[in-house]
Amino acid sequence: MKRIISVLIENEAGALSRVVGLFAQRNYNIETLTVAPTEDETLSRLTLTTFASDKQVEQITKQLNKLIEVVKLVDLTDGDHIERELMLIKLKAPGAQRAEIKRIADIFRGQIIDVTSNAYTIQLTGNAEKLDAFLVAMNESTVLEVVRSGILGLSRGEKILAL
Amino acid sequence: MEMLSGGDILIRALQEEGVEYIFGYPGGAVLHTYDALFKQNRIRHILVRHEQAATHMADGYARSTGKPGVVFVTSGPGATNAITGIATAYMDSIPLIVVSGQVQSHLIGTDSFQETDMVGVSRPVVKHSFLVKRAEDLPDVIKKAFYISKTGRPGPVVVDIPKDITTPTDLVKYKYPKNLSIRSYNPAQRGHTGQIKKAVSMLMEAERPMVYTGGGVVQGEGSELLTRLVKLLGFPITNTLMGLGAYPGSDQQFLGMLGMHGTYEANMAMHHCDLILAIGARFDDRITNTVSKFCPYAKIIHVDIDPASISKNVEVDIPIVGPVESVLTEMVALVEPGLSKRTKLKKEHLAEWWDQIEGWRKQNCLKIIKTEGSSVIKPQEVVQAIYKATEGKSYITSDVGQHQMFAALYYAFDEPRKWISSGGLGTMGFGLPAAMGVQIAFPDEVVTCITGEGSIQMNIQELSTCSQYGLPIKIINLNNGALGMVKQWQDMQYEGRHSNSYMESLPDFRKLVESYGHAGFNVSTIEELDQVLGETYSSALKDRLVFVDVKVDPEEHVYPMLIAPNGSMRDMWLRKGVRT
Repeated sequence: MKRIISVLIENEAGALSRVVGLFAQRNYNIETLTVAPTEDETLSRLTLTTFASDKQVEQITKQLNKLIEVVKLVDLTDGDHIERELMLIKLKAPGAQRAEIKRIADIFRGQIIDVTSNAYTIQLTGNAEKLDAFLVAMNESTVLEVVRSGILGLSRGEKILAL
Repeated sequence: MEMLSGGDILIRALQEEGVEYIFGYPGGAVLHTYDALFKQNRIRHILVRHEQAATHMADGYARSTGKPGVVFVTSGPGATNAITGIATAYMDSIPLIVVSGQVQSHLIGTDSFQETDMVGVSRPVVKHSFLVKRAEDLPDVIKKAFYISKTGRPGPVVVDIPKDITTPTDLVKYKYPKNLSIRSYNPAQRGHTGQIKKAVSMLMEAERPMVYTGGGVVQGEGSELLTRLVKLLGFPITNTLMGLGAYPGSDQQFLGMLGMHGTYEANMAMHHCDLILAIGARFDDRITNTVSKFCPYAKIIHVDIDPASISKNVEVDIPIVGPVESVLTEMVALVEPGLSKRTKLKKEHLAEWWDQIEGWRKQNCLKIIKTEGSSVIKPQEVVQAIYKATEGKSYITSDVGQHQMFAALYYAFDEPRKWISSGGLGTMGFGLPAAMGVQIAFPDEVVTCITGEGSIQMNIQELSTCSQYGLPIKIINLNNGALGMVKQWQDMQYEGRHSNSYMESLPDFRKLVESYGHAGFNVSTIEELDQVLGETYSSALKDRLVFVDVKVDPEEHVYPMLIAPNGSMRDMWLRKGVRT
């Protein structure tokens, strides 16, 4: 099943390559990966998704924990959690279709953030399934370019991942 | 505050860590560092002939002493040559500090002369690595490197230092840190007491128990406690290749090594037991055979310092994460009162279990079967003769292949750290340099390298280093003129098609070693063997390196041997064409 693992790592050169290298070395897959510094500048927060069984994910988290630069991690899918992904999508939007595209974007609560005479760029957030559904709803031939951020997540309620 | 250059800081920091020896090879990127080394006399540098050998020497030093071995190599090819040795240490959890030179900071990433991304190249085979950015960081980095290398599950640490960080004219303040803390690295200090209690009550209840221990007991200084625990319990015990010597090999309760080439009794007892106490062992594929058929009746207690080792290959019932020494101390304390409450019935079950094991033992699976009408020496006989000649007291290093298994099976190790072999990575070329590291650490002890004509040629250049430093190692070459283990598999699985497994154009080893100033013998009969070994270990040759080239039976196979694929631990070849 899909797992979302959130990791606090030392904000140091080379730390990310150890995480990515571990996945390659041990034959685990990475579906999505996002990483950025946190409010504590000594730490980066890395969120990755992978498809793994319970047994595999136990090994993945144990092996991640063994990396010296990994400070703390949580498998968000272990409990209630929120996940979000951001997608930017550029579409052919000639005169006749502009209204229809706008209407569908509204249904998905997307925002048009760039407009030219022939194209729209829409920003959409949600879980991965919602973004997939939007792509299905759009006529394939109108899609020019898609970029997705990869999944971010947090535990629900008071539970936090912090030092 | 004292002002020093980066090169001097590095050497001072190593002195602070109590380093006695550095095994290394100089080059452009480490010239400043070697100059700093030249100016002091507390640390002795051993100049090798190839960087791979430097890492194996440091490894042999570390395995025999328990202290981290230290290596210096230059950038580029120096660094990449060290990789095999680093990987060898990584697989067997051996503490090493490998200091590699790097090109000057401003040249990094420009494909400059002798540049390689050492942190990147070594990443999958190190416990951790550092690229030093400023000379000021060196004391802290070295302190951390040693701490990380030797605590928790030990392993190699690479410290990559660009040349400009060590420039003699760039001075920075020097102070060696007294303490350190790494917020993201906290190895377990003791096991969970509740789990230990549960484990001990399972030990008390077991009817057909088995103790299975590995290299972790040797590394974790748990041998004495393990021996005490097993003696108290009266249980049978087996060791992995890496764990030999953790329990006295000549003791009655010891069933020999287990696994791929384990003894019949050890493998049978594993398969039929109802409880396994596994300590510092990792259930790897050379032990378990087919995982789904592994020990079908057994509950498993697993003690290990590394949580990732637990339930990695085999699901266990009672995991205990902690240092072997502390967990065993607690176990012994609980077992002592527990035993008095053990019922008569349980004691009878254990006696029955021992009867069954003695039955398996009667198979005499290690019996040497001489070829009728032939006087050719069997390799097993050579190991037995070495055992006799050294009274079982020698340090034994091995290379990899048939001779390694014969050494492990036919030399009984009564003490830990006396058997030095590359178990995890299986590195040919390990034996000679490892023996050199041991001999340097213990100049007055007898150190024997049991090898084969294939393996020895993978680092034979170190005979020169042995001359330079007067290392009186005894090398026993089991020469069957073939890559024995490869040939054995080809005999068994490829209808005897010996694709590239024979050795042609072998040197005259005796003349070769003599040209380096060492003593050499050729042996081809059993009578010669005893006489030559007597001489080899005599006081007359005490200070000489002796190379004994023994012609052994090229047809011999290592048995027992687990049957794969799809076999369990009770499925073994016992002799040619004879299986369980």
